[in-house]
Parts: sequence; structure tokens; C-alpha cells
Amino acid sequence: MIAANLLKVALKAMNNNKMRCFLTMLGVIIGVGAVIAMLAIGQGSKNSIKAQISEMGSNMIMIFPGSENRGGVRQSASDMQTLKPADYEALSREAQGILYMTPTVNGSGQWIYGNNNYPSQAQGVNTQYLDIRQRTVSEGEMFTEEDVRNAAKVCVLGKTLVENLFPDGTDPIGKVVRFGKIPMTVIGVLDEKGYNTMGQDQDDLALVPYTTVMKRVLASDYLQGIQASAVDENRTQETISEITDILRDQHRLREDQDSDFTIRSMQELAEMISSTSSMMTVLLAAVAGISLLVGGIGIMNIMIVSVTERTREIGLRMSIGATGRDIMMQFLIEAVILSVTGGILGILIGALATWMISIFANWPVAISTTSVVLSFAVCTIIGIVFGFYPAAKASRLDPIEAIRYE
Amino acid sequence: MKEIIKIVDLKRYFKVGEETVKALRGVSFTIHEGEFVTIMGTSGSGKSTLLNTLGCLDTPTSGEYLLDGISVQKMGKNERAKIRNRKIGFIFQNYNLLPKTTAMENVELPLIYNPTVSAKERAERAERCLRDVGLGERLYHKSNQMSGGQQQRVAIARALVNNPVIILADEATGNLDTRTSFSILTLFQRLHREGKTIIFVTHNPDLALYSSRNIMLRDGRITSDEYNHNIQSAEEALRALPKDMDE
Ligand SMILES: Nc1ncnc2c1ncn2[C@@H]1O[C@H](COP(=O)(O)OP(=O)(O)OP(=O)(O)O)[C@@H](O)[C@H]1O
Ligand SMILES: [Mg+2]
Repeated sequence: MIAANLLKVALKAMNNNKMRCFLTMLGVIIGVGAVIAMLAIGQGSKNSIKAQISEMGSNMIMIFPGSENRGGVRQSASDMQTLKPADYEALSREAQGILYMTPTVNGSGQWIYGNNNYPSQAQGVNTQYLDIRQRTVSEGEMFTEEDVRNAAKVCVLGKTLVENLFPDGTDPIGKVVRFGKIPMTVIGVLDEKGYNTMGQDQDDLALVPYTTVMKRVLASDYLQGIQASAVDENRTQETISEITDILRDQHRLREDQDSDFTIRSMQELAEMISSTSSMMTVLLAAVAGISLLVGGIGIMNIMIVSVTERTREIGLRMSIGATGRDIMMQFLIEAVILSVTGGILGILIGALATWMISIFANWPVAISTTSVVLSFAVCTIIGIVFGFYPAAKASRLDPIEAIRYE
Repeated sequence: MKEIIKIVDLKRYFKVGEETVKALRGVSFTIHEGEFVTIMGTSGSGKSTLLNTLGCLDTPTSGEYLLDGISVQKMGKNERAKIRNRKIGFIFQNYNLLPKTTAMENVELPLIYNPTVSAKERAERAERCLRDVGLGERLYHKSNQMSGGQQQRVAIARALVNNPVIILADEATGNLDTRTSFSILTLFQRLHREGKTIIFVTHNPDLALYSSRNIMLRDGRITSDEYNHNIQSAEEALRALPKDMDE
């Protein structure tokens, strides 16, 4: 009952000072807006990484040449030439935990057909690539094991390449296109996948036997990597140590020598990326949180001024029977209204900013209910905490002294 | 009649820098329920200080103050606030209205802190009190849009709205013309007849004719304390005033 009266009193006092109230709230509005937008960006990128990983298959294992990059020491070109086709063969002979496996060697250059050309890559892989990446050939056929053995000049094109090289809709199957100077026969077209969650075009690729890329494009004896999928995604770690043993054996490394290759599993990668992105989120939220704190201090500042200004009013209220508690409640209510209204406006503005970021910058965003509830709770607490000192100060005034205050 | 106010050797000293101002130097009296006491004295004689103490606003430096038999010094802050809110109507010498606030809101103020009064009842009581002091036409005028005398009457209405047992008035008619001050005095005499205890500080020696007792203060001491057995009627005095005097 009294609380309702005090609410009215507080609202009236604020109504008398609209501009000042708004400016005071601005700190909280900006703080909360920033918190909401930052957390939305963080959450959005986390979600998209998760989606990407499940798209790629969480049982994937990638092997790269070169030892693990420690402390940012630059690795020379020769360090990066440690994986050979023989390693791949050894793995396919001996590794029990591997289901599918393909070497990878990429050459970049122009794809040309007639007057049309398109800059892209020739991804050198074997036939198992399709199984690892869960792709299919929608027209024509995939190249065969035999094509790989012979380093045949054949290719399977993605939809984007087909559209750019054959803009008039000609059937590409059987046509001879060139990759740089090397003529290749199109024997198949990959299924269309569109853009992935990171905004990459998954149809902008051409598959070529890896032997062809090694011999005819790059003239190199080395692989750029090996991709494999584990038989059991829960035993990825064991498969990794199996691969490590085989490759160290293959490279004749002594016990005390570091491995000259790096193995990453998709799971590991996922954890790494998501831990970096959580760290970023925490950092962003901390910055935003500081601005929220500044907003709270702004509230405290204005409340102190307001208590001083209204000393006579407080004295009068007390002299006609308001208790210290009534006065305290009045100013606390005022502070909480300021911070909570600021919080609500901040949430709206944060949501608006998030929406604009997703529209104009095309970033993945996701406003979580937790961040909204949390900001709301934090605002209420900020109002109480920062309003407490001025309110307590007001409640301790002596009525007769306060009423004489000039 | 029971003793409602009893003060014994009340002293109130103020420290101003190095000096001590002795506003009250030992005042004792007893006021019974239903008395109408006027307090007079030169400026600076300690009238307001005494009234503030009686109104539970100020605490004496020494001495005893029993209100309705209970020692005020022994009460807590909140208890005193509650007494001010329910039992006492206080009219300040300088009105002390809330600025930028309507007469109604000013008068409703004490009832805001009384949870037993509903919003509807609050408004009704405030309006009735404003009509009693002759401001029925000015309910929604803001305090800074009113004359000094009108502000004084708002302050009187505010002191009456909580239906107090004791009314403490500091120069309640100081700013009013003769006609209005007699109508206010009539109102006080009516409240007195209804059984309220009234303590009325004034500079106007004529007003002693209309109260039941008159206390004179000088330099913080009582110089005379006399009962008036022949109380005159303010209503009659009002009627006797020439009609065109103020118009
Ligand atoms: N808060 C205070 N601090 C210091 N001195 C004070 C204070 N309040 C009152 N005094 C002093 O106490 C004395 C009595 O003051 P008080 O206000 O009671 O006089 P008063 O009789 O009401 O005078 P008036 O008729 O002018 O209103 C004065 O000398 C005044 O200066
Ligand atoms: Mg005075």
C-alpha cells in the first residue's frame, strides 16, 4: 500500500526531471545494448561453428606436414614437405581405425572453357573423398581408382564452376576444359550444396585425381595433407595415436625426435575454435559489463545530486511522518526504475543493433534468452546497489535540519 | 482531563561556531487534553524551538518531555515519525509546501505514509480540509501559483488532514488579512470545541482573548502563564467586522 504510494512519488519526481532521467539512463542503455549485441555475436559464431562441424563430420581426422607450430616459429618450406604418397599407402595398409582416407594436394589456377574462364582450384583427391565429405556426383561419374593410378586428365566439377564455364547451359559431360595449360575431360558434376554456415561456396571446386595434380600441375612428390574419417568417432583419440605410430615409423623418427607432421581431429578443432570464441565472448562481455558499471555509477551520481537538491523536501516528508525507511524506499525505487527502464531500452536497442549487424555485416548472430534475463537482473541489482548509498544518505537526514537546508 | 503534554525543565542549546545559543533555558508546563494555548513572545524568544520540540521534530538538550505519558526522548526515530504522522498536525512558520505540486497533493502528503487510508479516502479528506480553510476553488493550483496567505492555508489544511489529536501552529495567521485570520481562528475554535488540543504561536496579543490559556516566553524562559476564563467567539468577531473591509 505504502509501496504503491512511494512508487507514485518516485514517478512524479522523475517526471519533473525527464531530460536528466533520460541522460542518466543513457549509460545503462548503452551498457546493456552492448552486452546484448556482444553476446549475440559470440553466441552466433559459436552456433555456426557447431553447425559447420556437424556438417563436415565430427569423425574427421586431418594430417598436415610439418611439426606442430610452437610459439609462432616460422617453418621453412622443407619442413612442410614431409608427407609422401608412401605414407598414405602405409596408413591404408596398416591403420585399423581409419574408415576412409584421401591424400590432398591443391593447385590453384584458371579453369578455362572456350571464352569462359574462372579462377578456382584443382583439388587433388582420391575416390574416397566423396565418402569423407558426404558428397555425391549428380551427373556423369566420379573418376576411378584406375584414373588415380594413371594420373588421368579427368575432372569432376562443382555447380559454380559449371555455371561459370558453361553459362549457356551446355552439358559439360565429355567436354574438354583446361586447368591452366592442362586439358582435362569433364566426367562428372558434383551435387549442389550451396553456402555453408561460414559463408563459403561449397560448389566452387573441381575434383581431380591427386596423382594428376602432383605430376601434371605441381610437379611435386609431396602431399599437402591427408584427410581421413575414423571408424568410430568416440575412438578418434586412439586412431590418432595409431596414425602417429605408423607415420613416425614410416619417417624413421627416433624416440627423442619431434613428429614432423601434425594431426588434428575435427573434435579437437571444434573445441579449440569454440574455446577461442568463448574467450572472445567473455572479453566482449567484460568490456560491455564495464560500460554497464559506468552506467550504474552515473545513476549513483545523479541520485546523490538529487538527494542533496531535495533535502528540504525530504525534511518535510519526514516531519509529517515519513520514516527513514519510507524515504529510503522512495529513492531506491527511483534508482531501480532508472536502471530497469534503462535496461529494457538497452535490450531493445541491443536487439536492434544485433539485427542490423546480421543484415548489413552478414554475421551469424543469436540473442539468447539467458543474456536478456541476465541483463535484466543485472540492471535491477545495479539500481539497488548504486541507489543504496544515496537512498541511505537521504534516510539518515534529521528532519528539522533538513527542512532548514538552503 | 488527562495530561497530554508535560515538559519539565526543558533546555535547548545550539552550538554556533564557538558560541552556544540558549534558545530554551528551562521551560516547564503541563497541558491537558482539550486546551487551546497561545504562546507569545518577542522574536527570537524560543517559540519555534519550543514548538519543534513539542512536535517531536527536535530533541531537547536536557529536560523531560512526556507526550500522553510516554517519554519522547526514549522513543525511536520510527516511533516519533509515526506519532508525527498520526497524532500531530504541524503548521510551519514558513509553510514548507512542496514546490511544483498542487494544493491537493500537498494536503494528501501525510496520508501517503499512512497505510490505513485508501487513495479514495485520501482525496476526499484532502478536499474537505481545503474547503474548510476556504480554498475549495484552488484545489489543483500549484503551490508556487498561490499567494502567501493561500499557501499558509494549504499548510493549515495539511496539518488537519490526518485528524490529529494535537495541533501545533507556528504563526498560522501571520500572513492573513483580518477577515481570513478570523475565519481561520473560527476553524481553530471549532476544532477546540471538538476536543482537540491546540498550541498556537502568535505575535498578535489580541488572539489571547480567543484561547483558553496564554503563555509568554522571553529569552527562553516563561514570564507568564495565564488561563482565560472568558473566551471570546471568533465567529462573532468575524460577523462584527465591517463587510467591505478587505474587498
Ligand atoms: N538551528 C539553530 N541553530 C542555531 N541557532 C538557532 C537554531 N534554531 C534557533 N536558533 C536560535 O534560537 C533562538 C530562538 O529561535 P526561535 O526560532 O525559537 O525564535 P522564535 O521565538 O520562533 O522567533 P520568531 O518569532 O522570529 O519566529 C534564536 O536566537 C535563534 O537564533
Ligand atoms: Mg518562530
